[in-house]
Amino acid sequence: MNPEKPQATKKNGLAIFWEEFSRSNFLIIFLAIVTGIILGGVLVAATTTEVYAAFKVSFWAGLKSAFVTAGNTYVALLTGAIGSPEKIKLAFQSGDALAIRRAINPFFESLVQTTPYVFAGLAVALGFRVGLFNIGAEGQIFMGAITGVWAGYAIHGLPPIIHIPVALLFGALGGAIWGFVPGFLKTKTGAHEVITTIMMNYIAFRLSDWLLKGPMADPNEYTPKTPWILESAQLPQLFGSPIRFHIGFFVALLMVVLVYIFLFKTTWGFQLRMVGSNMNAARYAGVKVASSTIIAMVLSGALAGLAGANEVLGVNHRLIPAFSSGYGFDSIALALLGKSHPVGVLLSALLFGFLRNGARSMQLSVGVPIDIVSILQALILAFIAAPAIIRTIYRLKQPKHTEDIVSLQSWKG
Amino acid sequence: MPPVLELRGITKRFPGVLANDHIDLTIQKGEIHALLGENGAGKTTLMNILYGLYRPDEGEIWVNGEKKTVKSPIDAIKAGVGMVHQHFMLVPVFTVTENVMLGEEFVKYGDILDRAKAAKKVTEISNTYKLNIDPLAYIKDMPVGLQQRVEIIKLLFREANILIMDEPTAVLTPQEVEELFKIMRTLIDQGKSIIFITHKLGEVLECADKITVIRGGKVVGTTDPKTTNMNELASMMVGRDVNLTVEIGEAKPTEPILEVTDLKVLDPRGGVAVDGISFEVRAGEVLGIAGVQGNGQTELVRSLTGLLTPIDGEVKLSGHNITKCSPREITELGSAHIPEDRQKDGLVLSFPISDNLIINTYYLEPFSRRAWMDQKEIAKNGQELVKKFDIRTPSAFTTASSLSGGNQQKVIVAREFSRPIKLLIASQPTRGLDVGSIEYIHKRVIEKRDEGCAVLLVSTELDEVMQLSDRIAVLYRGRIIDTVNAKTATKEQLGLLMAGIKNN
Repeated sequence: MNPEKPQATKKNGLAIFWEEFSRSNFLIIFLAIVTGIILGGVLVAATTTEVYAAFKVSFWAGLKSAFVTAGNTYVALLTGAIGSPEKIKLAFQSGDALAIRRAINPFFESLVQTTPYVFAGLAVALGFRVGLFNIGAEGQIFMGAITGVWAGYAIHGLPPIIHIPVALLFGALGGAIWGFVPGFLKTKTGAHEVITTIMMNYIAFRLSDWLLKGPMADPNEYTPKTPWILESAQLPQLFGSPIRFHIGFFVALLMVVLVYIFLFKTTWGFQLRMVGSNMNAARYAGVKVASSTIIAMVLSGALAGLAGANEVLGVNHRLIPAFSSGYGFDSIALALLGKSHPVGVLLSALLFGFLRNGARSMQLSVGVPIDIVSILQALILAFIAAPAIIRTIYRLKQPKHTEDIVSLQSWKG
Repeated sequence: MPPVLELRGITKRFPGVLANDHIDLTIQKGEIHALLGENGAGKTTLMNILYGLYRPDEGEIWVNGEKKTVKSPIDAIKAGVGMVHQHFMLVPVFTVTENVMLGEEFVKYGDILDRAKAAKKVTEISNTYKLNIDPLAYIKDMPVGLQQRVEIIKLLFREANILIMDEPTAVLTPQEVEELFKIMRTLIDQGKSIIFITHKLGEVLECADKITVIRGGKVVGTTDPKTTNMNELASMMVGRDVNLTVEIGEAKPTEPILEVTDLKVLDPRGGVAVDGISFEVRAGEVLGIAGVQGNGQTELVRSLTGLLTPIDGEVKLSGHNITKCSPREITELGSAHIPEDRQKDGLVLSFPISDNLIINTYYLEPFSRRAWMDQKEIAKNGQELVKKFDIRTPSAFTTASSLSGGNQQKVIVAREFSRPIKLLIASQPTRGLDVGSIEYIHKRVIEKRDEGCAVLLVSTELDEVMQLSDRIAVLYRGRIIDTVNAKTATKEQLGLLMAGIKNN
């Protein structure tokens, strides 16, 4: 029962974000991450044969071995994600440019991994804000990659300054079309977007398979691949090899700002948030709920499409089958973790990106399978979805208002 | 004999608020003791303390002359105290018996539920107290009035002697209220005691044996319903003289604003809800629509505000045909709407008050220019309206969900009245509000009428309709059965009309 202090100025979106976060949510999220990491460590120790061997020697040896194993794993994860401090130090001392780039590569590679998460996370978060559960980000990513890559290799004679935006725009368009269909179906027929976006995912997967084998296949390749995109369409990389860090990350940051402004500073955003928070009141206030739903799905799809275009234009430079390893599905979790706020999405995208990149070298160096990251993500999310667990473990007090800012429409919609 | 329940000096502080300030309360065996107070007066806090949901900072609870510490509802039940909550705690897909035995299951052969035995006990209770409940009926199939009785059975099943009833009439129809009062009498006759929490004065005078009034966390006084009256109780509750009947001058109707001709509207299930009705509302008058809930009021209002499209007929607002217009077009023509369900339709609860004050004008200057919201103007508007309409809140940026019902309604009134309007459609404008807020809303509505606004008042509270209206149309099964002059109409006459009986 904390009476809120009177405030002199209007809260802006950032203040709302902070309030939503700090209203015990922030603590919950932090503790969820910590608890997830601890349990993940227990799991790593429990699946390592050396630990069992050590327990046979003595309890303390076993315990020590468990700690060492879990510790090593996380150290490997961390150095995989941000690089090893010693290597960086040595590289800078040697002054060799290639060595420096190699040493700092893990950090930038994490940002490369983060970038599609930001786009896709924003896509899902935008849907949540409007009360829509866009499960179709993965399919929209595929469509964005298909249209983006096509614009990248098929449109000739443009300078980079035009070709890149055009290719990105094509990517956004591909995703937008894939988002439009479920939005349209929902408003016209009442078909729930969860069902239709899942089905649209399958269509996108199979469509991309067919395109890669047929109309869009590179005739010089034996396996299904598209041709390489033109150099003029490649998102410029900022450093030399092996660092793949490209300007897509900054495009993603720009999108964070744009989505934030759109949601909290414009009448469109106000209208969409109203629909998401209370559809009946929105209708009463004269908002066209149907067109708001379509607009939201189109924008959500466009953002997801950008994730796909970003990958083909910035990283792969061509489209190969199954190029997106579940960014679209992870982003649902990510948007929930970020409380559907652009800044929250950015933070959780960073977490997911660094975890995923770190896990790859962890697998190489200590042999712990990369799936541990999925387990970590799952644990963190389970704790966030069921905050009662965290509250019980850490004996936190119940918040006064337990409103969820993410309110989803019922099946009747 | 010691009193069945005694609260001595109960004090409860919340940060910044003294919710209960040394409250003393004595309940005798076999009495209905009404606890009267406005929303936020501290009634519910006191009862939650008695029921073990809160711990008092000071004070003692004595049951039958014994001091008790009540740390949880389990302790309360052990002490014989039970509570019927305002929102029922029942599992809809379970039967009456299953709901009643939930938490106190009868078992046989170790762990097998003994439904038959429990059902037998439920039947016994139902017969003893004339509750008329089928132990095998499913909750989801029962009307609200019967569900409430199941809640009562739950308490009797656990042998409660003191029943706390928190606003039990809020969800009931007038007939169900009558039934409830009869049941309460039966309970008293069988030696139970009842604490009846309410803010409805008429009900208190009708059924209580003793009345304690609470205001601002303190006991203002205890009186006997035989020696007091509505006005006295209202002043005790509010702390100043209250005019239960707002001073209403003569109406000066001028030109027709709302003209409805042969309107026909379907309900969501496809049945005819409004069956070809015609009426007009003139500027400067209040047309009251009376009727028992569910006779087409909701659909009528929704069709007049653009939320439902009529299948036939015509609606004109100041000469414009608005039959097929969208809610926004109708709003822009100068129509204001106080919806019947303020939380569902009228507010975005997770939004701050300042945003709720502009949900139908956000796209207009000065709140936005082109697509950009002007946060400064929105804040200024919010702070001004909070002050002007006396919305009790720590700030204009608090979320609407944290306001009391009365203040939530004030937000809606502030929003609708702060723009130029020609027509006001008020649907159940005072449902669930306390005396102070009702007085406030009534005054504002009459003010609007006197400014020359046409007012359509739809309410199932007959007193309200009679008090505020100049003419009353009674709705029965989707038709206007008759329109009468409010000044000469009697309650009996209207009651008969509401039941569909028209004397010629």
